[in-house]
Amino acid sequence: MKKSIFEIIENRSIAKDVCLMRLTGDTSAITAPGQFVNIELEGFYLRRPISVCDWEYGVLTIIYKVVGKGTEKMSAMTAGEKLELLTGLGNGYDMTLSGERPLLVGGGAGVPPMYGLCRRLTAQGKRPTVILGFNTAADVFFAEEFKALGANVIVTTVDGGVGVKGFVTDAMKELEYSYFYSCGPEPMLKALYNASATEGQLSFEERMGCGFGACMGCTCKTKYGNKRICKDGPVLKKEEVVW
Amino acid sequence: MNTKVNLCGVELQNPVIPASGTFGFGYEFTQWYDINCLGAISVKGTTEKERFGNIQPRIAEAPSGLLNAVGLQNPGIEAVLAHELPELRKVYSQPIIANISGFSKEEYVKSCALADADENVDLIEVNISCPNVHAGGMSFGTEASSALEITKAVKAVCKKPVIIKLTPNVTDIASIAKACEDGGADGVSLINTLLAMRIDLKTKKPLLGNVTGGLSGPAVFPVAVRMVYQVYNAVKIPIIGMGGVSSAEDVIELMLAGATAVQVGAANLKDPCACRDIIANLPKAMEKYNITDLSKITGGAH
Repeated sequence: MKKSIFEIIENRSIAKDVCLMRLTGDTSAITAPGQFVNIELEGFYLRRPISVCDWEYGVLTIIYKVVGKGTEKMSAMTAGEKLELLTGLGNGYDMTLSGERPLLVGGGAGVPPMYGLCRRLTAQGKRPTVILGFNTAADVFFAEEFKALGANVIVTTVDGGVGVKGFVTDAMKELEYSYFYSCGPEPMLKALYNASATEGQLSFEERMGCGFGACMGCTCKTKYGNKRICKDGPVLKKEEVVW
Repeated sequence: MNTKVNLCGVELQNPVIPASGTFGFGYEFTQWYDINCLGAISVKGTTEKERFGNIQPRIAEAPSGLLNAVGLQNPGIEAVLAHELPELRKVYSQPIIANISGFSKEEYVKSCALADADENVDLIEVNISCPNVHAGGMSFGTEASSALEITKAVKAVCKKPVIIKLTPNVTDIASIAKACEDGGADGVSLINTLLAMRIDLKTKKPLLGNVTGGLSGPAVFPVAVRMVYQVYNAVKIPIIGMGGVSSAEDVIELMLAGATAVQVGAANLKDPCACRDIIANLPKAMEKYNITDLSKITGGAH
């Protein structure tokens, strides 16, 4: 975990209420896809926890949904502006369990961390299938970027505007996969938990105070005891999830 | 320049103490800085038995602060003494303040006696803001009589200094502090969080799972200054001031109001390095306001 200043390189809208921000700064504390950063914003007491979409040496990419005043303020920021970030927060995905044909499932604002994960898995020679779930065609983002990584990509929309009509679980019925990784709204995670044929990992979201394990604000129950979503999560293994 | 203060007979290298509930059991903060720079640590509030705490959500934002309704999640006094404090002692050699909560007099007495007998504990802070299960859920800290009763009972089983932590959700905090002094308390700490609430406009329902929560952060700082000032007028025992402290200047202000030492709470959650930075900035702030000995400024505003 590190606290440091990042500078915005670009910040643009990529779908309805969804923005992509790239920043330069010290990314050395980020060790696994699925981790998050906690962003200080002037005029707001608490930081905004945002999942890492991807990172490399000195460059961080985040994709965030505009859901309130904080993310609205972020969406208006421009290149050259600086932000203080806590980086390397959370456990992230364990890639050693993927097998050869992992299934990656992202729903809405849960899509971004799947990108950094997918890029690393394909670099290891794995052959992931990616299901990206959205509500409507206007919400869809990053389908082409995932394809460019060489992944087999399936898009679903609830209204059928693009891709498979329905939920992510409707697209996985015929699929064969070795393991699954997921991030998305809780109803999606629960449906996936029930529909999945293998073990896997699920990334959860909760209102956080600190984001680094101090306040116990985001604790949930698991089969292995109480866990702080920010520190012991956000990624939980399927076997430990209690609904 | 002197930053040392004496808190109930325990010397602190500086008056800055992370407040209970905002610093866990301390050792995880070594990932951010060397916590041996702290004056002391008040560890996570502990009850006799393990508690999961309240349902989610437990956190809400506020203008210049936050609401929490964690609900005293903790592993229970025996686990704290057996595992958490030894873990903290491995990386930290300054004083440790155990923070004890309870839902009955018997529970307070049992937990405080165990904490008092533990070699890792230097001072005991007793949080009397919890509801009394035997009195319709009314907080022990809202009545002078029940504050007196808990103080006496706890003092009877403790040899170490006992500091009673007061709730600000009362009409006259000075009379509650006086009752604690009469009961033999070695000090009082204040203020705990202010009872507060937010409503989610999207769902049109209370935002916190517990409906209400405690407000902390810079929003409550002037309330803390006022209450510490009033309590200083009413008692002779040392006061630990807290409530929205975020800077070295805030530390000085609360000490002038009457505090001997100062706790930092919400600021730790916004910035994990808050206490380290406040301590580092103390000498500069002292110099600016012509202070050479911090221990001499307590109550200076009176």
